[in-house]
Amino acid sequence: MASVTATLVESEDPGSVTLTAAGEWLVGAAADLDRRLRALDVPKDRQVTLDLAGIDRLDTAGAWLLLRTEHDLTARGNVVEMRNLRPNFEPLIDQVRTAGFVAPARHPRPAHHTIAGFIAHIGEISLGLIARAHSILGFFGLVCGTVVRLRHHPSRLSLTAVVAQMEQTGVNALPIVGLLTFLIGVVIAYQGADYLRFYGLESYTVQLTGASILRELGVLLTAIILAGRSGSAFTAQIGTMRVNEEIDAMQTIGLDPVEVLVLPRLFGLVLTLPMLTMCANFMGVFGGGLMAWTQLGIGIPQFLSQLSAIAPWSFWIGLIKSPFFAVVIALIGCYEGFQVARSAESVGRLTTLSVVEAIFLVIVIDAGFSIFFSALQI
Amino acid sequence: MPDQSDEPIIRVRGLVNRFGNETVHDGLDLEVFRGEVLGVVGASGSGKSVLLRTVIGLNRPAAGSIEVFGRDILAVSDIDQREIEKQWGVLFQDGALFSSLTVAQNIEVPLKEYYDMPLRLMDEIAAFKIGIVGLPEGTGEKYPSQLSGGMRKRSGLARALALDPEIVFLDEPTAGLDPIAAGDFDVLIRDLRGSLGLTVFMVTHDLDTLFSICDRVAVLVDKRIRVGTLEQMLQDDHPWIRSYFHGPRGRAALLSGAEHLTKHGTQLSATV
Repeated sequence: MASVTATLVESEDPGSVTLTAAGEWLVGAAADLDRRLRALDVPKDRQVTLDLAGIDRLDTAGAWLLLRTEHDLTARGNVVEMRNLRPNFEPLIDQVRTAGFVAPARHPRPAHHTIAGFIAHIGEISLGLIARAHSILGFFGLVCGTVVRLRHHPSRLSLTAVVAQMEQTGVNALPIVGLLTFLIGVVIAYQGADYLRFYGLESYTVQLTGASILRELGVLLTAIILAGRSGSAFTAQIGTMRVNEEIDAMQTIGLDPVEVLVLPRLFGLVLTLPMLTMCANFMGVFGGGLMAWTQLGIGIPQFLSQLSAIAPWSFWIGLIKSPFFAVVIALIGCYEGFQVARSAESVGRLTTLSVVEAIFLVIVIDAGFSIFFSALQI
Repeated sequence: MPDQSDEPIIRVRGLVNRFGNETVHDGLDLEVFRGEVLGVVGASGSGKSVLLRTVIGLNRPAAGSIEVFGRDILAVSDIDQREIEKQWGVLFQDGALFSSLTVAQNIEVPLKEYYDMPLRLMDEIAAFKIGIVGLPEGTGEKYPSQLSGGMRKRSGLARALALDPEIVFLDEPTAGLDPIAAGDFDVLIRDLRGSLGLTVFMVTHDLDTLFSICDRVAVLVDKRIRVGTLEQMLQDDHPWIRSYFHGPRGRAALLSGAEHLTKHGTQLSATV
């Protein structure tokens, strides 16, 4: 079975050529036979006889090679005759003959491999981005509308669902958020002390660590972790429900998917992220303080008095940003979930997209806040 | 029609499958002969798909032996395993086409894996396979997501047939198709069996398929299998088998199947 033997012998008589095929014309021998058949050089005006008496086994690949040869030679003007085919192979030959002569499919080539295609591709991406931004804003409007409508019937929002979301996105994320910000606090204090010592200002390590954790890193890290942890989960959960037609089922029963699926996630995250941020801030500052104490000998009283020098504003600036980040993460996560088409593949693609978009928007908004606060000179 | 030699091409002996505490198969025996179309039926949850997956090596049984082409697939070396896999093709329920590849590329996957072929020849082979399974020209360039359910199944069949296998395994080939598409698929399988000399192992729920193309029927009842020709099964007095074949749907399919056969018969005699 491993070595398939198929033979092809060309013999010339005056005025005609005979091709004698024998052996097992199976798919295993097809590559070899293909090469030999393509290399055939039959003079144009000769009559060609395909003698197939010796073919013991034949499959569709072998049949195709025979038929293609017949077809190609006929197209060149040769008179071709197939002879001595065993009758039990005839249905096979007929099947391939009726199905075979279609143009092979072209293989897809990405269009942007040409210059014009490249430019068109950039255009398509840009238009896609605009359409997406428009659609996300629309979704934001829909959610806001639902919140306003719910004002009259606040009992419709399920408190249980909100609390469940808070547990999943908040309590369960505490260990990872706490550990990461603690380590970042340690790293900043350690690296900062090194550089500040160069100028003789190592006692300012406390201010450096405190300000960077409280103003930026605490809330930013928490938001990025939640975008990766919860934003992706929102997309995957809602996306899977779409694939299973659960969302369609909800609508036919009269439940509003935004009310049932989006609002608990949104409110849950908006309540959770500030609390997580506070924990993150505490752990970060704790890590920095530990470093200052062990490496620089800065005791607790000195540490606290230096920390209070950077004013409560650093703390508030970090905290003010957190609900905005929460809204962005929850909205993007839910929005991409609703974008899922009815295929499992799109769940994966959109989950990735939702994390990337959420982190991107979080950082863009953070930059916006930086400009805003510096204009206010805080 | 098929030359049924006495040597079975698939032989299952004493098969036991368990999931947790649930025993699905308990000492199941089955033989499939070269060139026949075997339909496997049974109630939902009776383990039809599990049986198919076990025979093709996707599910390891708790006990029993499975021989395909005379070789024990549970104890076969990797090299022999590849040799066996080359000779069977599997059509999964929804085609299981690789979604990132076009239909033509899907058909070329097994060709690429097993043979060193020039791209042009692979393209030609893919093109006529698409024709053989009755898909319109141009389908080869499409992606699975652009196809209807029936077209996906035909494409899956084209991929299963890529290496000209001796056995094809079909998992509910007509499920989810409209009756016309399902009928066309039956005719396609019958034609291919005739021209390519295939052995077909088919799991199905479709009574029409059973009546129109299956040579023998295997019924999964009581964790085992009862095999026989359709006539034998109609005589069987096991309660499930009786209600399966003699229920309203069974009777309707039997009538139309008989009609179909006589039509076919007159056609044959007319051509002779």
